Amino acid sequence: MPTGVVAGDAERQQTPLWRLLLRRPTFVVGAAILLFWIVCATFGTAIAPHDPLAQQLLATNQAPSSAHLFGTDQLGRDVLSRVIVGSQSIFIIAPLATAVGTVLGTTLGLILGYLGGVVDLLASRVVEAVLALPAIMIMFLFVVALGVSTTTQILIIGFIFTPLIARTVRSAVQVESQLDYVPGARLVGDRSLRIMFVEILPNVLPTVVVEFTVRLGYAIFAVASLAFLGFGPQLSTPNWGTDINANYVLLGAGYWWESLFPALAIASVIIAINLVADAIEQVFAG
Amino acid sequence: MAIYLLRRLGLAVITLFLLSVIIFFAGQVLPGDPARAILGPLSAESAVRALDHQLGVDRPLLTQYTSWITGMLRGSMGESYQYQSPVEPLLVAALVKSAKLGAFALVVIIPLGILGGVIAALSAGRQVDRIITLTGSSAAALPEFATGIVAAIIFSVGLKLLPFPPQIQPGESFLSQLHALILPAIPLVLVLFGYIARMARAGTIEALESDYVRTATLKGLKRVVVIYRHVLRNSLLPTITVIATQTGYLIGGLVVVERLFNYQGIGNLIFHAANAKDFPMLEAGVLTIGVVYMVATVGADVLTTVLNPRQRTEAAR
Amino acid sequence: MTATEETAIPGPAAEPQSALQVQHLDVTYRVRGQDRLALRDVSFRVGRNESYGLVGESGSGKSTVALALTRYLPRNGRVSSGSIRIAGRDPLALTAAELRELRARSVSMVYQEPGKALNPSIRVGRQVAEVYEIAGLGRAESLERSEAMLRKVQISDAGQVMQRYPHQLSGGMAQRVVIAMALAAEPELLILDEPTTALDATVEAEVLELIDGLRQQLDTSLLFISHNLAVIAKMCDRVGVLYAGELIEEGPAREVFEQPRHPYTMGLLRCVPRQGQRKDHGRLDAIPGFLPAPGEEISGCIFAPRCPIAEQRCREAAPPAFDTGPGRTSRCYLHEATAELPRNTPVDVQLSAPPTDAEPVITVRNLAKTFTSRGEKVPALTGVSLDLERGETLGIVGESGSGKTTLARLLLGLIPPDAGSAIELDGQPLSADLKGRSQSQLKALQIVFQNPDSALNRRHTVRQLISRPLATLAGLSGSALTERLTDLVRSVRMEPRHLPLRPRQLSGGLKQRVAIARAFGGGPRIVVCDEPTSALDVSVQAAILNLLADLQAKEQATYVFISHDLGLVRYLSDRIAVLYLGRVLELGPAERVFSGPHHPYTEALLSAVPSLDGKRTERIRLTGEIPSPANPPSGCVFHTRCPRRLPTGICESTEPPLAEVEPGHLMSCHIPIDQLATLQSTDRMS
Repeated sequence: MPTGVVAGDAERQQTPLWRLLLRRPTFVVGAAILLFWIVCATFGTAIAPHDPLAQQLLATNQAPSSAHLFGTDQLGRDVLSRVIVGSQSIFIIAPLATAVGTVLGTTLGLILGYLGGVVDLLASRVVEAVLALPAIMIMFLFVVALGVSTTTQILIIGFIFTPLIARTVRSAVQVESQLDYVPGARLVGDRSLRIMFVEILPNVLPTVVVEFTVRLGYAIFAVASLAFLGFGPQLSTPNWGTDINANYVLLGAGYWWESLFPALAIASVIIAINLVADAIEQVFAG
Repeated sequence: MAIYLLRRLGLAVITLFLLSVIIFFAGQVLPGDPARAILGPLSAESAVRALDHQLGVDRPLLTQYTSWITGMLRGSMGESYQYQSPVEPLLVAALVKSAKLGAFALVVIIPLGILGGVIAALSAGRQVDRIITLTGSSAAALPEFATGIVAAIIFSVGLKLLPFPPQIQPGESFLSQLHALILPAIPLVLVLFGYIARMARAGTIEALESDYVRTATLKGLKRVVVIYRHVLRNSLLPTITVIATQTGYLIGGLVVVERLFNYQGIGNLIFHAANAKDFPMLEAGVLTIGVVYMVATVGADVLTTVLNPRQRTEAAR
Repeated sequence: MTATEETAIPGPAAEPQSALQVQHLDVTYRVRGQDRLALRDVSFRVGRNESYGLVGESGSGKSTVALALTRYLPRNGRVSSGSIRIAGRDPLALTAAELRELRARSVSMVYQEPGKALNPSIRVGRQVAEVYEIAGLGRAESLERSEAMLRKVQISDAGQVMQRYPHQLSGGMAQRVVIAMALAAEPELLILDEPTTALDATVEAEVLELIDGLRQQLDTSLLFISHNLAVIAKMCDRVGVLYAGELIEEGPAREVFEQPRHPYTMGLLRCVPRQGQRKDHGRLDAIPGFLPAPGEEISGCIFAPRCPIAEQRCREAAPPAFDTGPGRTSRCYLHEATAELPRNTPVDVQLSAPPTDAEPVITVRNLAKTFTSRGEKVPALTGVSLDLERGETLGIVGESGSGKTTLARLLLGLIPPDAGSAIELDGQPLSADLKGRSQSQLKALQIVFQNPDSALNRRHTVRQLISRPLATLAGLSGSALTERLTDLVRSVRMEPRHLPLRPRQLSGGLKQRVAIARAFGGGPRIVVCDEPTSALDVSVQAAILNLLADLQAKEQATYVFISHDLGLVRYLSDRIAVLYLGRVLELGPAERVFSGPHHPYTEALLSAVPSLDGKRTERIRLTGEIPSPANPPSGCVFHTRCPRRLPTGICESTEPPLAEVEPGHLMSCHIPIDQLATLQSTDRMS
């Protein structure tokens, strides 16, 4: 046979991503929980057994019973309905904030990681200074300053995520830049912009996706924590964090259901995202 | 070596300086006039202006900043708008309380986290590992108030083992102070466990798969000796750095935990100060937190360099 | 130093016949729920004080053998059948304590990367002492014996070295330490898995001699695993050839290499360049086809799909091990026909001679590059001047620290040179920075990198990878681009069906072809090849080298061929430059530089490289390590290790200029060339 004629090469069977994910129990469980809450967020008012805003001043602080599966709160409102409908705000703010942070953070990370130099040195100092403070603290300071509207929260959380995500992306970009295809691209005449976005970005995409999923969990954490501290959107729609904020003092009096169920709801969403993020990370690694 | 230390400290000082600038000027963004906040919405405009002048908030920003920062360095942190009294004693008292809580949490979590991570690594891929890893990462992601509430319900309302809200009376014995600290420490411990265990696990796995562990095993050493002498020494190094960065998460968690349990630590202090637009208290508090974090980070960096032979010999050049 | 007194460990006398006996060994790995056979029915024996070589390329399973023997297979691997006996004991049947004793006393291993084999946080002396402590000696005595052992492996200031950490040792020194650790317990069997692959040629020669000497002294048997046929020929009494998990031929090393009895062995031998072989006559032959995919079920002879003389019976039933002579076996029905094995490529080709231009296409004057690392200045290249003639292949040879990679990157404009350097292309100055170069200058100079995994963007398809330079450098688009693309793909002997694939789906050889196609896409006139075959298997190497030679003729290109492998450089190059510590020590026509008279460093380098030709020339021993580029010696940089250093002291004080000692032959040496000629031929004859 003549030299170099290809008899058969090592073509690997490419299983599509989603099928690999579905094989993992962590992904399935996590996705199921998320799906449940997304349904609640979308169709909440239709599913809820009672009107979440209806106050029954004669039936306040009632323990869970057949009429009210999760009991009633200080104003006699049905906790179950409030928990179901309360999923809405989190599912709006958190994903959008994470998206803002991811887009900005990835771009910043690409620039700093690839171009380096003085800009990188300066920016890193500033990022380090900002990150010397706990994120929650920064967030609530800004919210105190700028107000609690939904858009503001999205922007604040998004902007705080930007340096966090940029730092991870920057490291990944720096590692990629050590590989020979980067100078190879320069040698065929490619410009920096193209190298960053067409050559390097596809290779750090797995990192970005993992960051997005992890930060999403943190965004929910942040939104809920801010609401707990009293900085949730002050709308009439029920909100898990705000409800906890209003009712946690009653724990001393033994009224546990009013704060427990919203807390469990938050916990379940976060755990679900965590499971999904873990499954994605495993699939990319394996 | 000395040069390295100096350089590291120098960098930290620069970062702190940047931080102070950011804090001060961010504080200026907060809406609301301090004198108005103190005197209330009904006072006369002239009174407000007079108090503003007295407080010095009508001076140029740069002057305000300089006098603030020099005051800080000398140790006088100004007067709180809310309490009309010096900031330092309140800040220090709150700091001490938070330190107790934080220290307690760290003392519990560091051995627990490291143990968890090492065990997970030694049984990597198997059930035990998956359980520890998933529990750790889930617990780390849960908001402290959620875990705090569940813990409070279980231990306080349900089992009635621990007091809610936990109160520390002045002059209480050490043990009873600890008893009161357990409940607020639980959410902190849960958050930190995940990160520390993950780092310890990653470091241990990397060491286990390394060539030098292969060499050590093939020399005929007992597994226990290999782990103790060869693995741990190398795997725990990155964990130390992580512990330092965890102080950041710890402090963040303090705000929420202290609110939930009504614990008068620095988190609570800052919260009230922000809400009341009490700038001197707020800025002093936030800067203090920044200093604490920097100290922890620099300490961890230095410790890592000293313990890592490669970096130590290079730093000494 | 008396044999074993100072370093001995008290223990029972060694007993039985062979040091190692492997019979019908099968090793299986479980990957993604499926069982895959990594070793199939492997049987061989290593006698007392015998040195046995296991030859194989990647995927042959040679490392699996080593892991199985010491019972260190990964969790998903197991010995599914067969038996192992080390000094009469079966490692698979031992309890944990017995296994530890076996590992401590009877068998030791030396691996490829010595730096990584040592614990970075523990001082070297302690790590060696551990071996003695396991045998029951006290701390103080263990340290004493460790120091003695280090001196035995020719580490001169052993006491000093004991106190160092692994990262403070050079590669050669670290490997000596590992060897010291391995031999301290005087095991019956020493297993070496590519122990010198990561080392420079001159260091490798010393380490190999050390191993040889020590094992004779200590009466230890060797199992030497390597892909390098010449090293095995030098070090081993017997050899076994592994292919895809099967031992396809076995016998005395000299005989197997001179008269192979299996088509694969013959094919392998034809891939390694020997003296007299050149790119246009006595061509290297490649082995077509690919290794069977892991886990693939093969009926019949495992090599049949790639064998030029395979018959029907070869494909139907796997051949048993035939007796082909005293102590020789071969798994081939047609083993007698091996000597006349037909070639896959023509042995001589007509390559168009390069056009003779008066002007060199590239001139380099006084090229220098200094790196700053942690406050220290490291001169990687100092005052290098050379010319590149149109259409030639200039080979650049050097060990680590020679600056050859820096030279490549400077030429391409990837890093800026120091002030005072000048590079000219066609008489026009070439800007140091890529951005300052014109489009035609960019087009003119391209590179083929060493590692295609790093050089190709793994997220792009082959089509994208090869099309890019066609669009940006050649300015093509539309149908013109597609035409040129198809043309290029064919000329690197790939097929259009490869175009939609990604690098991950290609073998090493195919990936490098893509890289070569990409390099030639813009129609460059000069291509720098930086170790283009170092990351590839031996059997693939030849195909790539011949491809490069053919392309050069077709595209009328000039090559700068950088390699540490002297054999390859000699095969491909017209002229050769020898670099040492950032300076050109010799520059001249290939044959002149190789056969002499040549620079003492070239002489030493050549004598260090083991060759299959079996000529045992007296090895020039170089003393000491390669000096660090940060602290180059005074005068002639080679004087610290030069065996021909002049007694007048001029070598220490004055750096010799690079001067023409014969027409077209330049050297940087104080010794006049006729004196060198006399000295070197006398040594050769003795």
